[in-house]
Amino acid sequence: MPLTTHLVHQYLRHDKKFPHVWCPGCGNGIALGALIRSIHHLGYNRDDIVLVSGIGCSSRMPVYVDFNTLHTVHGRALTFATGIKLARPHLKVIVIMGDGDAMAIGGNHLIHAARRNLNLTAIIMNNNIYGMTGGQHSPTTPYGMRSTTSPYNHIERAFNISELIVTAGAGFVARGTVYHAEMLHVLIEKAIQKPGFSLVEIITHCHIQYGKLNQKGTHIDMMKWQKDHAVTVEKAQKMTIEELKDKFTIGVITDQNLPIYYDEYEKVKQRAQLSEK
Amino acid sequence: MTQKAKMPTKNDTSKPILIHGNQAIVEGALAAGCRFFAGYPITPATEIAESMAVRLPKLDGTFIQMEDEIASLGAVVGASLSGLKAMTATSGPGFSLMQEILGFAYMTEVPCVLVNVMRGGPSTGLPTHPSQADVMQARWGTHGNHTSIVLAVSSVADCFSITVTAFNLAEKFRTPVIILSDEVIAHTRERFIRPAAESLEIINRVKPAVPPEWYIPYEDTVRGVPPMAAFGDGYRYHVTGLVHDMHGFPTENQDEIRAFYKRMGRKISHYAAEIQMVNNFYTDDADITIIAYGSVARSALQATETAREKGFKVGLLQLITLFPFPCRHVENVLHKSKAVIVPEMNFGQISQEVKRVNSRQCPIIRLNRYDGNLITPDEIFEKIHEVL
Ligand SMILES: Cc1ncc(C[n+]2csc(CCOP(=O)(O)OP(=O)(O)O)c2C)c(N)n1
Repeated sequence: MPLTTHLVHQYLRHDKKFPHVWCPGCGNGIALGALIRSIHHLGYNRDDIVLVSGIGCSSRMPVYVDFNTLHTVHGRALTFATGIKLARPHLKVIVIMGDGDAMAIGGNHLIHAARRNLNLTAIIMNNNIYGMTGGQHSPTTPYGMRSTTSPYNHIERAFNISELIVTAGAGFVARGTVYHAEMLHVLIEKAIQKPGFSLVEIITHCHIQYGKLNQKGTHIDMMKWQKDHAVTVEKAQKMTIEELKDKFTIGVITDQNLPIYYDEYEKVKQRAQLSEK
Repeated sequence: MTQKAKMPTKNDTSKPILIHGNQAIVEGALAAGCRFFAGYPITPATEIAESMAVRLPKLDGTFIQMEDEIASLGAVVGASLSGLKAMTATSGPGFSLMQEILGFAYMTEVPCVLVNVMRGGPSTGLPTHPSQADVMQARWGTHGNHTSIVLAVSSVADCFSITVTAFNLAEKFRTPVIILSDEVIAHTRERFIRPAAESLEIINRVKPAVPPEWYIPYEDTVRGVPPMAAFGDGYRYHVTGLVHDMHGFPTENQDEIRAFYKRMGRKISHYAAEIQMVNNFYTDDADITIIAYGSVARSALQATETAREKGFKVGLLQLITLFPFPCRHVENVLHKSKAVIVPEMNFGQISQEVKRVNSRQCPIIRLNRYDGNLITPDEIFEKIHEVL
């Protein structure tokens, strides 16, 4: 049996949950595949995985997979994940969000989760647009682009998610694309294994909304764009600013060891219990 | 060398201690088995968080101060889904922020307790003054069809025992339970004797007894309350704020949608009698009955006793459960009394509920105060006098 078939059998929910909601050609399925491959490769027990999400197309991911799954409210997935991880530290808590979910309505939770450094893995599907509500601009919609709420072109500048989260204090930040699918599961695997807060930003395409509004072509054209504009972190180090002008980096952007919330709280408990005696 | 005076500690069950309402809520929650608190500072509820920060780590529990009230309730729901009894506490502005996730907790049937120590509003309002203006928000604040359990405390002793009850109801019915306190109760210190742990009835959520492959997470059981598995127990299931079928998966099927809402309503409404708690003081032969709750019920009791001393047949129906509205108890006094007085620190919220169930046209007199001060016994007594 080919590995993919095996993984489909083992990890997807087959009772009632298909067909899925994503448009043909969407990158969300590629990311889900990468996530499943990484968990399979790590050999984790499905009972120990909690997949939490917000609201959006990308946040529909959990319902299809046979883990403990939690589809929360728009922007707040990380807060629920915080409660889960603190209540049951042995669980591997992975949080899926869209760029609107994570950066607009949930931006505050994201920076605080990064700063707090609890053992959580956040995966942000960055398609530069609000997919589910039909193509409104998001905090990552580039300047000058069109969306249904910036019909005369977007006048705000975009957030760089990964850089922001490095600055917010995360121990591990990586960026990948759905075109570089083989690299993606390696990045997710590293992120899940990393103690503390980790983020994987996944550059993906919404050819239906963003693509149509901005004449970016088909999903294949948009994936080719990812291929042509992504540069590995290692390669980027040898390039000039001029050469990097319209490029973005992929790979591990930061990887450092910082105090982990849960370990610190264990010390708090010890101090509190000592003061009792 | 001087000997240290032996102070009674909070853990001494037998000795009287002097604590305020916010501290008593913490003691009640811990006695009920609460081991997770997430919150955000706000007057007049802050002492609940501060006290939890001290007490929880000693009990191997978890306290966390989140980035806002939305995050606080999110963390509470996450902790409860993972098997812990969990609580948050706030006041008006924070309670407003919590409304969306409160709805999520109703929808997904996650037991948890929310304390709203009421202050004047809307907006920043009167941060250090009492109010009872969030009663209808507690009932209807989140959008959509839902049934809610709302309890009101009126003393330090209540703060302890009603908090225990709130956790019991949350666990039994798989629902959020809201405790309404107010600035007066929160900060009034009273003598309190902690009941012995053995004397408390503690209810824990029912866990599935079937093997994982047989588990139906949102099954329609006899009581309408499905057993609840915690994340990590080996029962992998889906939790969503979308209307879902009994397996927890989103549905748009009319029959499944109807069945879902019916069960959600039934699990509370069929057992309303056991949720609706009141205290009757001299109501048996009362011509005039006061219906009050929270700190105002304290003033009302004093006014009632003064009236009785003077030979007037006055009674007090103190509502502990505000929702599901204790109709039968209220109807009972409406039938027996010549008039009913409803004093409240708002424009009249519970008085509307009283009017709603008033089928016999009993005169209902409101007494409202919204200037940031407690309604005094004198004011209530004056009103009694007017009505007599
Ligand atoms: C509080 C709230 N506001 C607005 C919405 C409507 N809404 C649903 S999904 C969404 C944006 C989705 O965009 P994104 O997070 O980028 O995810 P995508 O659909 O592109 O994967 C919005 C605004 C909501 N569900 N809740």
